[in-house]
Amino acid sequence: MADAVASDVRVSTARRPTGARAFLRRKEMIAFFFALPLILIVLTLVIYPAFYALHLATLNKSMQHFVGLGNFTFLFKRNTFWMVVEQSVLFAVTAVMFKAVIGFIVAHFVHNIPQKGQRKWRGMLLIPWVIPPAMSTLAWLWLFDPSYSAFNWVLTHIGLDGIPWLGNPYWARFGVILVNVWVGSPFFMIMYLAALKSVPEQLHEAAAIDGASWFQKIWYVNLPMMRNIIQITALFSLIVTFANFDIVKILTNGGPVDQTHVFATWSFTLGIWGNDLPLGASVSLFMFPILAIAATLILRNVRKRGNEA
Amino acid sequence: MTTATAQIGGAGGAVRYGSMARANKRALRWSYFFLTLFVIFFLMPPIYMFITSLKTSAEIGAVTNPWWVYNPTLENYTTLLTQKSFLTFFKNSAIVSVLVVSVTMVVSVLAAFSLARMRFWGSATLATGVFLTYLVPETLLFIPLFKIFATFHDYTGIALINHWWVLIVLYPTLTVPFCTWIMIGYFSSIPKELDEAALIDGASYFQILTKVFIPVALPGIIAAMIFCFTVSWAQFLYPLAFTTSEDQLVLPVGIVTTLIKGDVYNWGQIMTGALLGAAPPLIIYAFLMDYYIAGLTAGATKG
Repeated sequence: MADAVASDVRVSTARRPTGARAFLRRKEMIAFFFALPLILIVLTLVIYPAFYALHLATLNKSMQHFVGLGNFTFLFKRNTFWMVVEQSVLFAVTAVMFKAVIGFIVAHFVHNIPQKGQRKWRGMLLIPWVIPPAMSTLAWLWLFDPSYSAFNWVLTHIGLDGIPWLGNPYWARFGVILVNVWVGSPFFMIMYLAALKSVPEQLHEAAAIDGASWFQKIWYVNLPMMRNIIQITALFSLIVTFANFDIVKILTNGGPVDQTHVFATWSFTLGIWGNDLPLGASVSLFMFPILAIAATLILRNVRKRGNEA
Repeated sequence: MTTATAQIGGAGGAVRYGSMARANKRALRWSYFFLTLFVIFFLMPPIYMFITSLKTSAEIGAVTNPWWVYNPTLENYTTLLTQKSFLTFFKNSAIVSVLVVSVTMVVSVLAAFSLARMRFWGSATLATGVFLTYLVPETLLFIPLFKIFATFHDYTGIALINHWWVLIVLYPTLTVPFCTWIMIGYFSSIPKELDEAALIDGASYFQILTKVFIPVALPGIIAAMIFCFTVSWAQFLYPLAFTTSEDQLVLPVGIVTTLIKGDVYNWGQIMTGALLGAAPPLIIYAFLMDYYIAGLTAGATKG
C-alpha cells in the first residue's frame, strides 16, 4: 500500500518534465558540474593526502609493516621531539604576538598622517610581505653571516661586541623569530589599517569631547571596534607561522644542534632527507590539533562577521 | 554665575584648542619619525641585497664598510643572466606560475559562480569546506603526497617526482581554495537583479558567468590572479621536496641549492639571484598595489 503510494508520487513527479522543478534540477546539475573540478582537486590533493598521512604514520620505515602507534611512542621517547614541540610553540606564539603589536602600532602611525601621503608609506611598508620569503631570508642569512655580518660591523663600530647570530642557540631562536616578524608584520599592518578605516570618525569626535586621551581612544574605541579583525588575523597568522618552513629551513636548517627546528622542518629532515616517510608524517601530524582549533575559531569569527554585515 | 562659568569654559576651550593643534602637530611629527624607523627596518634587507649585488667578491671579502659600495659593478648580473642553469630556473618558474594561475582561475571562477549563485545540494557545506582546506598548510601535505606520487608511479609508470610540471599539480592545493573563497565573496556582492535580467533575456548560465559576472567582478579576479602568481612564484617547500635535478628546479630552490656550494657562499651572486627572483612579484606589486591589497584583505573580510 505504502509502496504503491510512493511509486505513484515518484511517477507523478517524473511525469512533469517542464516547469519549475525540472528547471531547478537542471540548474543543480549545471551548478554541480561547474564545481566539479574544485571538488576533485580538494578531494584528491587535500582530503585524501590528509587521511593518507594518518595511515602512513602507522607504518614502519620501509612502509611494509603496520606498527600501530610505534612511531609516536618512538617520538615521545626522544628529547629532540620535545625540543621541537617547545620551539614550535615558542616560535609561533612569540612571533604572532610581536607581529600583532608591531602591525597595530604601525597601522596607527599610518592612519595618523594625512590621507594623501598614506599610500606611499603603506606601499613601502608592505614590501617585506611581497618578496618571496625564501629570497628575503637569504638576505637575512647574509646579514647574520658569522664573519662578515653587516650588523656586527655596526655593533663593533659603536663599541659593542659582535653577536654570534646563528651560532648560539638563543640568538638563533631570536633570529628566526625576528625574520618571521619582519616578513609577517606588514600583513597585520594592512589588515589593521583596513579595520581602522572602518571605525566611524564620530566615535573619535565623541571621545575627544568627553576628554579622552589618545591612549583611551585607542583602548576604548579602536580596540573594541577592531576586535573581530584582530582575532581573525592573529589566528590566520598562528596557523601560517606554526606551519612555517622556509625561514627556519634557510636560516638555520634547525641548527645549532636541532635547537631551532619546528615541526615542518623536522618532518622534512626526517621524512625526505632521512628517507623515513612514516616518521616524518607522524611529526607533521602534530601540527593538526593546533590548526584545527585555530580553524574552528576563525570560522566562528568569520561567520559572526558575516551576520553583522 | 552661569555666564562666568561659560566664559571660563570658553576661555579654557580656546586654550585647549590651541594646545590640541600643537599636540596634533607634535603627534604628526612623531608619526613620521616612527614610520621612518619602521621603513628602515622593513627595507634594510632588500636594500642590503641590492648593495651586495653590486659588489665584487674581493670587495665582499674585504674589511670595508659593508653598507657601502666602493667599486660598483654589474658583473654579478651579467654572470647570472648568461648562466644557462639560472635561465632555466627562471623559465621553469615562469611557466609553472603562468600555468598555475590559468588552471586556478578557471577552476575557482567556475566553482565560485556555482557556490555563490547557483547552489546545489551540499553547496553551503562545500563553501565552508573550501575555506577549511585553505587553512591546511602544505607542510602537512607534502609527505603523504610524496608517497602517493611514488605509488602512482609504481602503478602507472608515470614519473611525477623530479619533473618541474609536477608543481602544476601541487600548487593548486594552495591557490584554488583561497581564490575560490575570495571569488565567492566578490560574486555574492553582485546584485541579483543583474543575473535575473540576463536569465529572462534567455542567457545560459555559462553566458551569465562570462558576460555578466566576470566583467563585473574583474577587480576581484585580478586580485585573485595576483595572489595566485605570488604564491606560485614564492613556493619553496614543494619544489624542494619534489624536484632535485638541476634542470627541473624553479627559482627559489635553484638559488638556494646551486649557488650555495657546500660551505662556499658566493654572496654577490646569491644576493643578485635573490633580487632577480624577487623582482617579478615586486614589479607586479609596484603597478597593481591596490589590487594586491584588496586581495590581501579580502580573505578575512569577505564571505
